[in-house]
Amino acid sequence: MTKGSIIGVDVGGTFTDLVMVDPATGAIRLAKVPTTLDNQAYGVLSALESAEADLGAVDLIVHGTTTTTNAVLERKLSRTGLITTMGFRDVLELGRRTRPQAYGMKGEFRPIIPRDLRLEVPERMDAAGEIVTPLDEDALRAALQTLLDEGAEALVIHFLHAYANPAHERRAAEIAREVWPNDHITCGHELLSETREFERGVTAAVNASVQPLLERYLARLRDELAGQGYAGDVLVMNGNGGMVSSKRVAREAAKTVMSGPASGVMAAAYTGRQAGEPNLLTYDMGGTSTDVALIQGGAPPVSNEIEIEYAMPIHVPMVDVRTVGAGGGSIASVNAAGLLEIGPESAGATPGPICYGKGGTRPTISDANLLLGRLNPGRLAVEGGVSLEDVRGIFADMLGAPLGLSPEEAAEAVIRVANAKMAGAIRMVSLSLGADPRDFALFAFGGAGPLHAAALARELGVPRVLVPARPGITNALGCVVADLRHDYVQTVNQVLQTADMATLHTVFATQEAAGRAALAAENIEILDTEVSFSADMQFIGQSHLVRVPLTSANPSREDLQKGFEAAYWDRFGVELAQIRAKVVSLNCSVIGTSDPVDLSVLIGAGESLQPVETRTVLFDGTPYDTPVYWRDDLPEGATIEGPALIEQMDTTLLIEPKCTARRDPLGNLILEVRP
Amino acid sequence: MSLDPITLSVIQAGLAQVCDEMDMSFSRAAFSPVIAEANDRSDGIYAAEDGALIAQGAGGLPVFVGTMQYSTRVLIERIKSGQTPAPKPGDIYIVNDPYLGGTHLMDVRFARPFYRNGEIFCWLSNTGHWPDTGGAVPGGFSASATAVEQEGLRLPPVRLFKEGVMDEEIYAIICSNIRVADQRIGDVKAQAAALKVGETRLNALLDRYGDDVVRAAIAELRARAATQMRRLIDEIPDGSYSSTAWIDSDGVVNEPLAIKLRIDKTPGHLRFDFAGSAPPCQGPMNSVLATTLSSVYLAMRHIFPEVPISAGAFEPLEVIRPTGTFLDAQYPRPVSGCAAEVSQRIAEAVFAALVEALPHRVTAAPAGTSGNFALGGHDPETGRDFVMYQLSGGGYGGNADHDGLANGCSTIGISKAPPVEIMEQNFPVLYHRYALREGSGGAGRHRGGLGLDYELELRRGTARASFVMDHGRFGPQGALGGSDGAVNEVEITRDGESYRPEHLSKEQDIPLAAGDRVRVKTPGGGGYGDPEERDPKLTAEDRRLGRQ
Repeated sequence: MTKGSIIGVDVGGTFTDLVMVDPATGAIRLAKVPTTLDNQAYGVLSALESAEADLGAVDLIVHGTTTTTNAVLERKLSRTGLITTMGFRDVLELGRRTRPQAYGMKGEFRPIIPRDLRLEVPERMDAAGEIVTPLDEDALRAALQTLLDEGAEALVIHFLHAYANPAHERRAAEIAREVWPNDHITCGHELLSETREFERGVTAAVNASVQPLLERYLARLRDELAGQGYAGDVLVMNGNGGMVSSKRVAREAAKTVMSGPASGVMAAAYTGRQAGEPNLLTYDMGGTSTDVALIQGGAPPVSNEIEIEYAMPIHVPMVDVRTVGAGGGSIASVNAAGLLEIGPESAGATPGPICYGKGGTRPTISDANLLLGRLNPGRLAVEGGVSLEDVRGIFADMLGAPLGLSPEEAAEAVIRVANAKMAGAIRMVSLSLGADPRDFALFAFGGAGPLHAAALARELGVPRVLVPARPGITNALGCVVADLRHDYVQTVNQVLQTADMATLHTVFATQEAAGRAALAAENIEILDTEVSFSADMQFIGQSHLVRVPLTSANPSREDLQKGFEAAYWDRFGVELAQIRAKVVSLNCSVIGTSDPVDLSVLIGAGESLQPVETRTVLFDGTPYDTPVYWRDDLPEGATIEGPALIEQMDTTLLIEPKCTARRDPLGNLILEVRP
Repeated sequence: MSLDPITLSVIQAGLAQVCDEMDMSFSRAAFSPVIAEANDRSDGIYAAEDGALIAQGAGGLPVFVGTMQYSTRVLIERIKSGQTPAPKPGDIYIVNDPYLGGTHLMDVRFARPFYRNGEIFCWLSNTGHWPDTGGAVPGGFSASATAVEQEGLRLPPVRLFKEGVMDEEIYAIICSNIRVADQRIGDVKAQAAALKVGETRLNALLDRYGDDVVRAAIAELRARAATQMRRLIDEIPDGSYSSTAWIDSDGVVNEPLAIKLRIDKTPGHLRFDFAGSAPPCQGPMNSVLATTLSSVYLAMRHIFPEVPISAGAFEPLEVIRPTGTFLDAQYPRPVSGCAAEVSQRIAEAVFAALVEALPHRVTAAPAGTSGNFALGGHDPETGRDFVMYQLSGGGYGGNADHDGLANGCSTIGISKAPPVEIMEQNFPVLYHRYALREGSGGAGRHRGGLGLDYELELRRGTARASFVMDHGRFGPQGALGGSDGAVNEVEITRDGESYRPEHLSKEQDIPLAAGDRVRVKTPGGGGYGDPEERDPKLTAEDRRLGRQ
């Protein structure tokens, strides 16, 4: 049987990207169209149209979506009611007693569910899971009726200590299902059965309040696709970097909030494995922000503790991607100390940098790149009528005059300070995960990433940069190369010395069985199944956790002790033989791998190494005649000495002096950065 | 040497990075949840000659904003005068003496000389809040101490590490005088390791830019930070601004303590005069000078968060030493309340004085108490003694932009409160409510944020409850016509009988038996602006949601 094409389509904040691969012929098609915010399906359809996809010949569509993320950030949520333990309806609004920033006593917070839709019923478990107050079923029925009368569409049932004993939540859900008109019912213990009522409650509340939206969106998308002859299933990227059927994904909708960033990191991990670079620091610089992740041994890190904005924790296993602030639109200014600052303000997508010609009047990182010749002035927004002279004038007035620099010097200063700050932020992410950035290669993607990659690598002491063939559509590629994946976390809280090892082994066995069953239920062809285990551990009395990778589902006490000591030493350089260790939770990931995609089809190889033009670019105040190459023209094995620029449809790569770029057989560019 | 502004910016970022990496290393390796989870710690770089603050980590606890430069200066002076032995490379001094530039005894500071070419280039120092340093009550917050000796072990600067090796004899003395000593080794190692991280990173910075360039940059950054602060405070019209803030009592004598503040603004200069404030008190609500200064600095940083923390930023802020008041406590006055409570009331005085001059920057008064409720007892089920702390937030002040935040962290802290589920896992208590305190926000065009209302029950055994809170007598001040927020309330129900502490917000060792309950309602924030000007839609929404 011949296999049909696979399509990956990712909806981002600005663009919807598509990659279509025909495994039989190796043919590939790409598309990039504007995202349609009100209904993302239109953007998806127009991307398919742009790629001239014949949906009848497509086997699989994998979709990365920001539907749920946007809904949460903008609070455009389904009307959702909460039923919780008597005395605790305000937990979702009280949070953990914080403020948005360390300094400045202002701040606002909008809870996911408004107070009038948060109701209480008599019931109570204690921390051991013993019933203190039985569930008052009459009160529950009355509360359900109140929420229905108030027009609630989705329901959250969230009781204290349900992770220790979910009996009341289960019974309450059973009763709710008798009267609730749909199946949008989320119980607190279902998504991640861990202690901490605020985090578990917010996760459940997010899940319920995006569930109807995601379900409706996907149903509409499936209908539209079916109307165009598509007979297969639509899979959705989850935040853990695995795909799930669109018919089931809404059940655990909260898991899709990191869908886009997770796809990008999955693509990076895949590309790195193929290119022989299993340890990567990924760096995705867009217009408003930069996302960073750390890939070790070819596998992206998964965390259970993502916070998507102030006081909005989503505690389900998701790829650990951190947002570090600066993007191409970050604004440069001179502060009252006469020092240059970059950000935190951003010109965003509107009005955007000056060079977009959409009304931006303040200097940004992108404008600085343009002024220095690093971005192609030919691409200046024509409609807005902004000229290079306009940009230069603004740099002269707002930065050059107060700093005593020429406009070009000011632009170089912007880039230098921005790079120093971004490198610092990337370093902090790396260190917080216990890794030295110098042990990694930098994987640069996103529209603005490759322009800064060489400088950042130098700043971080990273010797090598990998720029994939299509940096601007990395997320869509992630959809194509993704595996099926299911993650499980179980809180056990046992002192290692006295832990019942058989119980721990049973937890792993149960998790693995659940994962294998879930894979089987997907009804998608799997090449191989990989199962991995880890334990989250700490010294007794401590609050931070250290993840200890395990090689088997039946580790001995000594395996855990030794693994923990080694992981702790790696991370902190401290050994504490006198203090006992504790196993807090056990984790299991079950991954169904799919057919590998040949990356070399992403970009063709050219014939000869000829620059398309030569442009004057400033480096350290010195103008260099800098050759500009068109990426698609580069022949295999091409080696280019810096300074040089390599342009392509969706990004520009800057090869600084004292750097060498080489095109590898897969079409990646490998940049060697010399000190 | 003249430096271009770009090199300056880059070195400034580099120095900040060194401190941030020390902060991270300290928190992540620390044992004490107070440090690891609550970030009750801070790391910084201080000048070799006078201890002036060069850079401090952005994630440090706000109240430490100015204390370590003071303690480092005292250490340098003592070394010069021979009172303290001179250092060798690899030495680390430990000190927690409040009168030598500290806060309370639980804040333990480490200081490590940083050498370049055999000379001390600067000092690296950090502070961590230890869960216990001995004294009358576990945790150190005795509400009725009358001398510092009752508050715990006091350490003058001594070299705990000598040429990289810990002095086991000094450590043994410390361990014999503090509770849960077996876990402290984890904090000591983390605190020392953080300074080592700082040393490595600072060496890298100096190797890259050169010692002379960095030294010149430090001097230039200091001058520029002063300029930046001067420009910002010039948003305040010249003139005098006064305010008064009140502490309920000192915990021993039941009388309010006044903080009288007069701020004189002249071009580029603010002068803070606390003359007329209450004299030193018998109980632990005294503040040492370092903490008083630090409280002024942190209040100004809340108003101008864009200024990085450095000695230069403090230069235009002149604080007249409040000699003879409880804000300049001398040995042996007890001081355990200074960092957690008095500091917040000093900040409130600064806010109240400046809110009219800076109506868009300054908020009405926030709840301004750490809400410390300690419960120590014996759990018959586990057969072990326990000490539990419930720190709680309160409402923030209304402000020009919006209503105050509900249940915000103390003005001087940045830590998360522990979840009810974790408390119930670890201690024999059952919470009956953990809720917004309805009606607690001070009325105003933008009302104050709501406080917290919680109630818990002791399930087994016996225990003693202690409270070190504030704003029980007077609510957080409203501003520009807004009303005060609701006062802090503590209610204990023993054997069915209700009881309120005589000092309202402070009392020690109240005996509880199984079934007894404690209910605490924390203050709401002060209101901002005339309540008549409030948008009727907001009023209606508050009513609909049962907030007011």
